[in-house]
Amino acid sequence: MSVLVGKDTKVLIQGLGKTGQFHTEKAIAYGTQMVGAVHPSRAGESALFEGETDHSGVPGRDDTYSVELPVFATVNEAVAATGANASVVYVPPPFAADAIMEAAAAGLDLVVAITEGVPVGDMIVAKRFLADKATRLIGPNCPGVITPGECKIGIMPGYIHERGRIGVISRSGTLTYEAVYQLTLRGLGQTTAVGIGGDPVNGTNFVDMLAMFEDDPETEGVIMIGEIGGTAEEDGAEFVASRMSKPVAGFIAGTSAPPGKRMGHAGAIVSGGKGTAEAKIEAMKAAGIEMAETPSDMGEAMVRALG
Amino acid sequence: MKIHEYQAKQLMAARGIPVPLGRVATTVEEAVAAVRPLIEESGSPVVVLKSQIHAGGRGKGTFLEHPDLRGVNVITAGIAGGPEAAEEQVRDLATRMLGSTLVTIQTGPEGKVVNFLYVEQGVDIARELYLAVLLDRTVGRNIVMASTEGGMDIEKVAEETPDLLLREEIDPAISLADFQARELAHGLGMNGEAAAAFTQFVKAVERVATELDTDLIEINPLVVTTDGRVVALDGKMAFDDNALFRHPEIVAMRDETEEDPAELEAKETGLNYIKLDGTIGCLVNGAGLAMATMDTIKHVGGEPANFLDVGGGADEAQVTTAFQIITKDPNVKGIFVNIFGGIMRCDVIATGIVAAVKTVGLDVPLVVRLEGTNVEQGKQIISESGLDVVAADSLKDGAEKIVELVR
Repeated sequence: MSVLVGKDTKVLIQGLGKTGQFHTEKAIAYGTQMVGAVHPSRAGESALFEGETDHSGVPGRDDTYSVELPVFATVNEAVAATGANASVVYVPPPFAADAIMEAAAAGLDLVVAITEGVPVGDMIVAKRFLADKATRLIGPNCPGVITPGECKIGIMPGYIHERGRIGVISRSGTLTYEAVYQLTLRGLGQTTAVGIGGDPVNGTNFVDMLAMFEDDPETEGVIMIGEIGGTAEEDGAEFVASRMSKPVAGFIAGTSAPPGKRMGHAGAIVSGGKGTAEAKIEAMKAAGIEMAETPSDMGEAMVRALG
Repeated sequence: MKIHEYQAKQLMAARGIPVPLGRVATTVEEAVAAVRPLIEESGSPVVVLKSQIHAGGRGKGTFLEHPDLRGVNVITAGIAGGPEAAEEQVRDLATRMLGSTLVTIQTGPEGKVVNFLYVEQGVDIARELYLAVLLDRTVGRNIVMASTEGGMDIEKVAEETPDLLLREEIDPAISLADFQARELAHGLGMNGEAAAAFTQFVKAVERVATELDTDLIEINPLVVTTDGRVVALDGKMAFDDNALFRHPEIVAMRDETEEDPAELEAKETGLNYIKLDGTIGCLVNGAGLAMATMDTIKHVGGEPANFLDVGGGADEAQVTTAFQIITKDPNVKGIFVNIFGGIMRCDVIATGIVAAVKTVGLDVPLVVRLEGTNVEQGKQIISESGLDVVAADSLKDGAEKIVELVR
């Protein structure tokens, strides 16, 4: 078991630009079932992907691959033709929220939005649109989701992952890699690693992911990596205290960040005295979460939490 | 992106939101020339002279050069002495305010230079209220916040008397409903014409927030005048940077003198840089890792000089610019490069570092930690370059090494 994605996940790519093309190639090399692309101006064409297999991914494959993806005008058409149940969005910021809504309207189970720089106003509308849909949105402005050895959706490097027993949830891409790599080096591995994104309005938060990992029999512990801004970490901590039976470790970035400054991510800002690293760390400690003092100690904190 | 009060009021006035009459001035003569028409047009002998900087607390702030002079001044000489007297008082004050450095609770001790003054009609105030439209991240929607405690520090109100803070959530599918605007008016103790005026006012403000993609609109105070009108006496607006592509009229309002030149240069090269006060320059890929790198430096006893995220796909030129920006800061006594190569390959970064050091020169210690994709090639490039670089095994190891070296 794992959460969100697995070997049966069939993925569409929305936005076959330079970035989308590059990461589709990596995903196919990893062994992800990419089944089609949605790119209206290239509808009717097909996109050929060939190369060397990434053997850190899905096991038991040949050393090379050759996949020809059909390109569709709409997500609806793509779903009808391919049976896709998930999509990954690389569409440029001005059109990304619309692409997310299109995926939800087509009934996909999962939409992973990688795009950075989506206007908040667009995400407010998209979130409202998704409210009565079954579709789960991950992101935007995130590295994506990976279940090692089964399915990689997003921009994370596959080879640092190893299938194991820890669920990873993070607002930051590179900090996810740090945590994942430390878990791999310690032989703990990951069940699924999820980047929920650095934007102020996103689809899935710590609470949602914690609940999924709590229900996943393969996951034995969870590491949650947060940063300044908002109260998603505090909400997560409350969930851990009241509902989680599994051990949780954590790290919060931004203890040295000055207030009122946006630290790279649109959502990483301390404003009006809210969203400080101190408040989050305090809430997480109070919930019994084993905190890492520096990012280099994240793996070690997970080991301590597992006892 | 932030704009000045006078610009916010122009945007509001153009969208039917009542604001006092006012004129912006960049010279003493312009400020003086604004007085008579304002007095004649408004019928009020009082004008207000307001410093325009991108920071709050201007009314209570004082100037470095003139410690007895406040950032906002009410000109009352016109009541007894007529327009000439008001003009003379404006001349005297504007001369001292323009070009001087205003320090408020939000500017930090170094303050900000006043390049613009806003000359505004005086208003007879019956009540001062608070109104804002901002994002509630928990629900992923904008909310309207209002309070009877106008003119106060709203964070203090939220902390000490949260009951005095009214809030209405805005459903993006229907925007602010009439009943919600009435709820707010009622909660603020308004009735009759003032309540009707407020209802129109708050709905117009909410429309502006959606139309212009604001991060924040804050009107503090919003005043009810003695003759029952509802007017924005102050106006603060900040915009979502990610939405500026569809608002060229807002981009045109950018006042670059309000921004840090190094931060501007970084932004133009696609780098994310924020200057801080410490001595250790940081060059990192990824916003979260960049923040955590600063934290770790602090944790092991150092002080970061900056936040710098080169992003996921930086090339050699960007790495060189990043080095230039970091080394330009005279406080920098050492540099820590921390890269976890995912998509970004360590050999590319290493080549960039070597080229940058050769172009820019380096007279402070440099610690480099590389991890991830093509890490071995990256390390090899650096060791073969002959540069005086200290290698680190982990983030913490690197932080400890650079802190030791600058000591």
